[in-house]
Amino acid sequence: MKRLLMAAAAFGLAGVLAACGGGDSGSASGGGASATIQVGSVYEPQNLDNTAGGGQGVTEALNGNVYEGLFKLTDTGTVEPLLAQEQKVSDDGLTYTFTLRPGVKFHSGKALTSADVKASIERVTAENSKSARKSNLEVVQTITTPDASTVVVKLKQRSISFVYNLSYVWVVNAEAKDLTTTEDGTGPYRLGEWKRGSTLSLTKFDGYWGTAAKNAGVVFHYYSDATALNNALLTNAVDVVTSEQSPDALAQFDNNSAYKVNNGKSTTKLLLAFNDKVAPFNKVEVRQAVSSAIDDKKLLTSIWGDYGTPIGSMVPPSDPWYEDLTSVNAYDPAIAKQKLAAAGLPNGFTFTLDTPNYDPHPTAATFIKSELAKVGITVNINTITADEWYTKVYQKRDFQATMQEHVNDRDVVWYGDPGFYWGYSNPQVTAEINQAEQAKTTDEQTALLKKANRTIAEEAASDWLYLYPQIVVASSKLSGYPVNGLNAQFFAYDIVKN
Amino acid sequence: MPRYLVRRTAILLVSLVLAAVVLFVLLRLLPGDPVNALLPVGATPEQIEAARRELGTDVSLPVQFLRWLGDAFTLDLGRSLISTLPVGPEIAGRLPVTVPVTLAAFLLAVVIAVPVGALAAIRADRWYGPIINAVAQLGIAVPAFWIGVLLVTVFALRLQVLPAGGFPPDGWSQPGPAIEAIILPVVTVALVMSASLIRYVRAATLGVLGADYLRTARALGESSASAMWRHGLRNASVPVIAVLAVELATTFLGAVVVESVFALPGLGSLLVTGIRQHDYPVIQGVMLVSTAAVLLVGFLGDIAQRLIDPRLLQRGTS
Repeated sequence: MKRLLMAAAAFGLAGVLAACGGGDSGSASGGGASATIQVGSVYEPQNLDNTAGGGQGVTEALNGNVYEGLFKLTDTGTVEPLLAQEQKVSDDGLTYTFTLRPGVKFHSGKALTSADVKASIERVTAENSKSARKSNLEVVQTITTPDASTVVVKLKQRSISFVYNLSYVWVVNAEAKDLTTTEDGTGPYRLGEWKRGSTLSLTKFDGYWGTAAKNAGVVFHYYSDATALNNALLTNAVDVVTSEQSPDALAQFDNNSAYKVNNGKSTTKLLLAFNDKVAPFNKVEVRQAVSSAIDDKKLLTSIWGDYGTPIGSMVPPSDPWYEDLTSVNAYDPAIAKQKLAAAGLPNGFTFTLDTPNYDPHPTAATFIKSELAKVGITVNINTITADEWYTKVYQKRDFQATMQEHVNDRDVVWYGDPGFYWGYSNPQVTAEINQAEQAKTTDEQTALLKKANRTIAEEAASDWLYLYPQIVVASSKLSGYPVNGLNAQFFAYDIVKN
Repeated sequence: MPRYLVRRTAILLVSLVLAAVVLFVLLRLLPGDPVNALLPVGATPEQIEAARRELGTDVSLPVQFLRWLGDAFTLDLGRSLISTLPVGPEIAGRLPVTVPVTLAAFLLAVVIAVPVGALAAIRADRWYGPIINAVAQLGIAVPAFWIGVLLVTVFALRLQVLPAGGFPPDGWSQPGPAIEAIILPVVTVALVMSASLIRYVRAATLGVLGADYLRTARALGESSASAMWRHGLRNASVPVIAVLAVELATTFLGAVVVESVFALPGLGSLLVTGIRQHDYPVIQGVMLVSTAAVLLVGFLGDIAQRLIDPRLLQRGTS
């Protein structure tokens, strides 16, 4: 016992000494091209492979930084060639011929060839692929490689989004063995070290084909707790937070010249999704009534203050077919009551709202409940976990109405699939969305999707409550970071620290 | 003693196997599917089926259990369903964070609690006796994460003398930053633990204060302090050691909770991520290792008690 006490006392003393010498452990790197950028995020990758369920974190850390596609989706939402130097499309729109950029090397030193591109596309369409883009690329019929720098893809049918979808296909070394913990891409950074549960570091790749990164490297620091993440920024342990999850923390940065709060464009929509196949939401008037009874603007302000954007449809402003539809089924309780009467429910009705148990869903559900009570609709809030949502709502379709955030851009096309969880089915909309995909020009595609989206909005297929803000908070010494973070991408190569 | 050792070891092993069974069954009773963490919204039914086959959740539960237990005895805890990495090395990689935090917090709690608790008992009649008691009572009521947040606000955000969280990527090969990183978590857990320990120590000391042998020692001419030191402490330590084994386990739990406040890459954060993703092998692995650790501490505590007080041995096994 005595020895135990002495050991403990010694440790206590060591702790006090260390405390006195502390305070210099933050990001110690200098400025300019030698600087390492410390990035804070709540999205740790689950593994490093985006076809094996790596999740949002793997896109954030590796997309564009470590891996590149034939094309890239820029931070402003446009598609630009990256590893493809040239593309030719046949007149029938079924054959794409890509010429690869010369002089591209993988991090392992091997030169990029057409065989790698073929293998990379096939990784996404493979049977065990967990990629979100698998169904989009099922349109691919054959891939051939006439020579080392040419890839020819034949499609089963026209697909105007094909090039856009290719921006999600990482070009990886076909000979790479383990892509869940290591990498072999062509990007401006190579993977340094991944300490699971803590950090993932990227270091500048000296053999990069393009413009070299403007910093020496990046370290992603992962936090499971948003407060801990903000504290890290306040104590200079990180230089930038990729995405603030709650407005509560913003006040401490807003009026502080040491930080810059960037209000970017997001693609994440908060939905009140009806089950359009079951009563009473199989009636258009009922859905319109609910949409008109909820003051979306007030909800947005109560959750996000001055941030975020009201939205009248599934299409965010960064999609090419955006149009302002906030006036469609706008807030008007009187109209809501008329529509209810027209639907044969003048005294309202009762429904169950399956509400995911994490923010902002419970708050929004309570607001919806009080708004709908004013027009005679009773809401039973049923709180469920993310996992239950996936099983009960997404897989079994066992729900009346639910709430969910939909994060991707260009995802209005889900309303063309009557088998999707919300069960919206309008043959004309389905036809328009399919035609849009087979359009000859992007203008034609845009016109068709605008038309479809207008119908979807008018029929209140869902109620689109608001568009999330995308808030990047950074030290004011930092510049060149992406502010929109489209689809969770975070290009780090232009970031400069002064 | 040898007979006791054999019997106690047998109990240890049986408890471990029982714990493994309970763990396995309870986890499978939870609703949900690990496939959900792997697949994005928009996944096709074919993708869902293929993922299930790949994860091996298609064979019957008893078969899954026997496979897992068999492997566990050869120290192979399987692979994570989500990251596909082996669980054993994953856990081993987290121990250098959780073990130092737990042990240091435990030692610090003992250092605080033993003198303070003893003082509260011996000087129960002075003004600070009841105050110590009241503060300890308060300490038990306050949750660990709240103390953590408070310490971060004061020492990291205001005074800026310690990091708010995180752990150096190079771990203990950077001893300075590593020690700095665990100071606040250690103090947080230690403060909470010492609150309950103080009350145990106080009760145990009060128990021996009125004991006959202490009075006899005083009658034989020993000073009060010397009697307490030579006879009281040894006797008071027996019930305290029994509690310490349990407290060490609680300290571990405290460390697990506090890890997320301080963004420490320890067993706790591994467990929390595992639970969120229904990553059965990870949850089972972490729980099995920590259950084994707690059972082992209990085992060592029992042996220690019998070394200090041989009367227990005679009562127990002869």
